[in-house]
Amino acid sequence: MKKYGKFAALIVVVIGTLVWLATAEMKDNQTYYKTITELGQMGDKAYGARVRVGGDVEAGSIKHIGNQTVFVLVQDKSRLTVAYNGSDPLPDTFKDGAQALADGKLGKDGTFQAGKIQAKCASKYEAKPGMKPGETLPNINRSSL
Amino acid sequence: MENLGSLAILLAFCVAIYSTVAGVVGRLKAKPLLIVSARRAAYVTWALLTTAAAVLVTSLMTGDYRFSYVAEHSNRTMPMLYKFAAWWGGQEGSLLFWSWLLSTYTAVVVFSNRRRHANMMPWVLAVLTTVQTFFLLLNNFIANPFQMLATDGLIVDVKDGNGLSPLLQYPAMAIHPPMLYLGYVGFAVPFAFAMGSLITRQPGDAWIATTRRWTLVTWLFQSTGIMLGAAWAYHVLGWGGYWGWDPVENASLLPWIAGTAFLHSVMMQEKKGMMKVWNMVLISTTFFLCILGTFLTRSGVVQSVHAFARSEIGKYFVSFLAIGIAAVIYLILERLDYLKSESQLESVVSRESSFLFNNLILLASCFAVLWGTLFPVISEAISGDKISLDADWYNRLMVPIGLFLLFLTGVGPLFSWRRTSVDSLRRNFQWPGIASLVLVGALIAAGIRHFYALISFGFCLFVALTVIIEFYKGAHAISLKSNMNLLRATVELTHRNTRRYGGYLVHMGIVLMFIGFTGHAFNLNEVKEVTTGDKMTIGKYELRMVNLAQGENENYAWHRATMAVTKNGEYIDTLEPEKRFYKASRQGTSEVGIRQRPNEDLYLNFGGMSDDNQRAVIQAYVFPLVSWIWIGTLVVIFGTLVCLVPSKVKMQYARTEVVGVAQASRPARLET
Repeated sequence: MKKYGKFAALIVVVIGTLVWLATAEMKDNQTYYKTITELGQMGDKAYGARVRVGGDVEAGSIKHIGNQTVFVLVQDKSRLTVAYNGSDPLPDTFKDGAQALADGKLGKDGTFQAGKIQAKCASKYEAKPGMKPGETLPNINRSSL
Repeated sequence: MENLGSLAILLAFCVAIYSTVAGVVGRLKAKPLLIVSARRAAYVTWALLTTAAAVLVTSLMTGDYRFSYVAEHSNRTMPMLYKFAAWWGGQEGSLLFWSWLLSTYTAVVVFSNRRRHANMMPWVLAVLTTVQTFFLLLNNFIANPFQMLATDGLIVDVKDGNGLSPLLQYPAMAIHPPMLYLGYVGFAVPFAFAMGSLITRQPGDAWIATTRRWTLVTWLFQSTGIMLGAAWAYHVLGWGGYWGWDPVENASLLPWIAGTAFLHSVMMQEKKGMMKVWNMVLISTTFFLCILGTFLTRSGVVQSVHAFARSEIGKYFVSFLAIGIAAVIYLILERLDYLKSESQLESVVSRESSFLFNNLILLASCFAVLWGTLFPVISEAISGDKISLDADWYNRLMVPIGLFLLFLTGVGPLFSWRRTSVDSLRRNFQWPGIASLVLVGALIAAGIRHFYALISFGFCLFVALTVIIEFYKGAHAISLKSNMNLLRATVELTHRNTRRYGGYLVHMGIVLMFIGFTGHAFNLNEVKEVTTGDKMTIGKYELRMVNLAQGENENYAWHRATMAVTKNGEYIDTLEPEKRFYKASRQGTSEVGIRQRPNEDLYLNFGGMSDDNQRAVIQAYVFPLVSWIWIGTLVVIFGTLVCLVPSKVKMQYARTEVVGVAQASRPARLET
């Protein structure tokens, strides 16, 4: 049975290495998905953790201050001030009323510091068919890739 | 029209159920006529689904905007090619496409095996039609592509459709989904044969021999599909990457990894009668991962952070997977005795062992990717927090795994069956080993300190040399014996054993791809806001903006930068990155400017306009060696095609019979 011992030892080494690679420092690679309300309920845990939070961009809230873009995300009745300071230009779809996802960390001052913004146009939402020209289209769309 | 489509899929649903039941009953009660009717029902299913597909495609092409699917995924200004591609551009259409492909495959399988495997075929057909029934269930009752737009009970149309997402309006993207689907659906066939063989306790490995080519072709489609996706991401998305460990990408990778493991471990069964249970498990895993992949991409269960739309389809997939997996586990456990291995592992340094580790690593990576992909779901179930893992996590895990696999690619094929002598190790690996060490030494001397990159380059040279030496040795012997030049002798050699040398070619392609992946360690990037006349530098390149223009046509509005590229003070090229904004779908896309060269790509993306709308944000990247990924892919495709050519010399595989002392000690190594 000696040869099976060798196999077993090798397999344990390989699997062990992989498990170690998978779990070590996993915290750094984690991103929490939260709604604005949930973010508020996280308490102290929220500071320092990487979070992705979604909501609608409040109309008229987008301001450019120096290199930063500051805006307010709204979901149901919760509001969150977001400061974007990433290097990529903001997506074209990012505008008043758009659905946006901000990826970053919550600062101690309650402002969410985002390094990445994704946005989806609000126009892709349902309207009744049989519309007049200029109206948006009916869409029950799932974005499809 | 709309009634014809709906009627066709409804009838197809009934006929598929009939086909399953008639086949199984006919087989159990030994009623040949019933079996024949089940077979014909499979053809009828195909005819009905073809009709349904034709209705959908026609309405897409002619722009019948009374169909909700057409209104969502097509519009008037789209070119014909993309109107056709809209067939698989959305959920309902792509599921119909799945169904149609499966029915086509089933018809082909039934036709080509109509005089063979009389014992097993009814079950094979039953497995396929069961899967077909499930998809038709979705087509009919969950995601019906023939839904009409209506207000107050009256069918209405809209003036124009939303159009296919402009990101998908790209030739590689038009054929990427069908390629992947050909792969996804294709694995249903070897799976069905495996189950048929298991249910009827077929002696021997008929199912493997019958489906070998099928599996290879399926694997080829899937590989091509995945790489088309990578090439599309690189050329279209504007971030310069080709792989981001996105759940949708992972969904296509998972069955590919399991399928690759299956292709390798099947050789163990063919040649040594080992790993029979394992192969059953692997092909089932591959098939279920294909279903899971369809589920992940179609249900939005994982990336639904976006919560843009959560579809109802999920629970049907989960039920189907649960029932299917339970059935397979039951079958395998119930028939374990039939799957008994005919020989045993003997040495760690043997071909068997290298296959074992190849499988272990592939499966481990498959599990890791699955774990990472489903982590948001798992973590939500356990702790209530929805947590995702980023690309760094995958890379930390998958880079060492990939390198280890690359190493096995080099040594595995040269190990002998059963055990490898020290002498043969030295003979095969001495020079490639020394050459790789020299290369690594030279690279360190040249100032490269990236640990994984050094290992990767070392292994790449090692594997490439072992493959080249194998070709050279064989070709040299033939050229001496039959007086040919070396080139013709290489072709002759490959033709004599296409599986072996085609396999080597695939490995060579993988090496080239790894060279391309390794280039990632040396990427450069630079972002700057520039206007006409401004300059920026990246690496050895200097970029000057010659012109900044904008305009629009009926389909989209655009901004375009014209950048003159100089290197060492000499003008070499002009690149024109462009940003488009599509009107119908209100989405932006990038048309990147790329200067592709074998040593590196210069890649310019028009990021957007600056806040004051005066300057353009230009993102410049240098990607060393990235072209080798695409070249390697072509070599992989070529090698797989070679594997499919029948060998000139029929190989006689020595199979160790059920282990007896006298036989086991006889060398069983005729085919290498």
